[in-house]
Amino acid sequence: MSADPTQVLAFETDCHIFDGCGFPAPGLHSFLFKPLVGDGDSNLYFNKTMLLALLGSVIIIGFFWAAFRKPKVVPGKLQMVAESGYDFIRRGVVYETIGKKEGEKYVPLVVSLFFFVWMMNVWSIVPVAQFPVTAIISYPAVLAGIVYILWVSLTFKRHGFVGAFKNFTGYDKSLGAVLPLAMFIEFFSNLLVRPFTHAVRLFANMFAGHTLLLLFTIASWYLLNGIGIAYAGVSFIMVIVMTAFELFIQALQAYVFVLLTCTFIQGALAENH
Amino acid sequence: MSQLLILAAETENPLIPPIPELVVGLIAFVIVFGFLAKKLLPNINKVLDERREAIEGGIEKAEAAQTEAQSVLEQYKAQLAEARHEAARLRQEAQEQGATLIAEMRAEGQRQREEIVAAGHTQIEADRKAASQALRQDVGKLATDLAGKLVGESLEDHARQSRVIDRFLDELEEKAEAAR
Repeated sequence: MSADPTQVLAFETDCHIFDGCGFPAPGLHSFLFKPLVGDGDSNLYFNKTMLLALLGSVIIIGFFWAAFRKPKVVPGKLQMVAESGYDFIRRGVVYETIGKKEGEKYVPLVVSLFFFVWMMNVWSIVPVAQFPVTAIISYPAVLAGIVYILWVSLTFKRHGFVGAFKNFTGYDKSLGAVLPLAMFIEFFSNLLVRPFTHAVRLFANMFAGHTLLLLFTIASWYLLNGIGIAYAGVSFIMVIVMTAFELFIQALQAYVFVLLTCTFIQGALAENH
Repeated sequence: MSQLLILAAETENPLIPPIPELVVGLIAFVIVFGFLAKKLLPNINKVLDERREAIEGGIEKAEAAQTEAQSVLEQYKAQLAEARHEAARLRQEAQEQGATLIAEMRAEGQRQREEIVAAGHTQIEADRKAASQALRQDVGKLATDLAGKLVGESLEDHARQSRVIDRFLDELEEKAEAAR
């Protein structure tokens, strides 16, 4: 059991530099969790990321429940904080991209998406949890999938079948002879690549961020021997710097995710040229 | 052993989503979306609208108050101007009335003075007439008296004669004195 690198934290071992012990570098195995409940071979199991995902939902709802359950015209502190977050997404993202009139309908979805993604990202630096849920592709994929379904169905609803096809392919007569090629590329890029990049952008950022944090954290421990202590100090400073940087990236990626969502919806609602 | 597990892990593609995580992710997100969309965001939207209305109402009230204050100020200014005008008019009138009164009184005084003077003149004239009338009568009577006396007394004595005349004249003066 103790040899399983997916379940053992680097500093739970006595592996140090100059001890003839190789660097226990983080890798894909750092993103695999043994089920807490159930069997990993079947599809019936419950692991850490699921626990964090559900716990994150509870935290988001708890926060907004406390803030918005009985909102007041003259807000308290908590309500003010929640309101500014809500207002930032509503005004700063939805109204800015889709517009106030058409965007109002999508505000709850976008606000939920933002806070959900943010919370899942923030797990990365919450002590004990310390794992970004969105670094497991399933979570970004399901969110990007919801946006994709909404976007495609909206496009069909707004433009009809032919109009939607033109929308997807970026149909533009002025392109002349290049038009078939452009349409092919656009179709491919929009319908097939877009949802993939939407999910992977978030996933890869959090994956890389977590790997970096792991790398410096493990290195801090691994180097803690002899002259290596000096390097361990540098590595530890990097842990702190990267943690602060991750805090920024977590919010930024959540913002980018909802901004793209709004851009897609806006594209679906926009008139064909 | 650990090397083997790492190899095993690397055979898993991190871009292929495990199904159970997909399901749990969907459930977690739907829970959040459900609560926010159905209950919490409508709650806060209502309050935000109320707040906006309250603020707009406040602004409207302030504007109304300002307009009223402005109109009251204008009214007040107008009234003040009117009052000033009225006061000036009254002063002017009073001055005019005063001047008229003075002129009237002066005229009255003049008239009374003239009346008095005229009355004085008339009186004097009447007195003079009465005096001359009385004098004439007295002179006649005195002449008669004198003539009578002259007849009774000797006229040879010049001194006596002149004494009689003197006495006569004295009497005459006395008479005139008495008559006055």
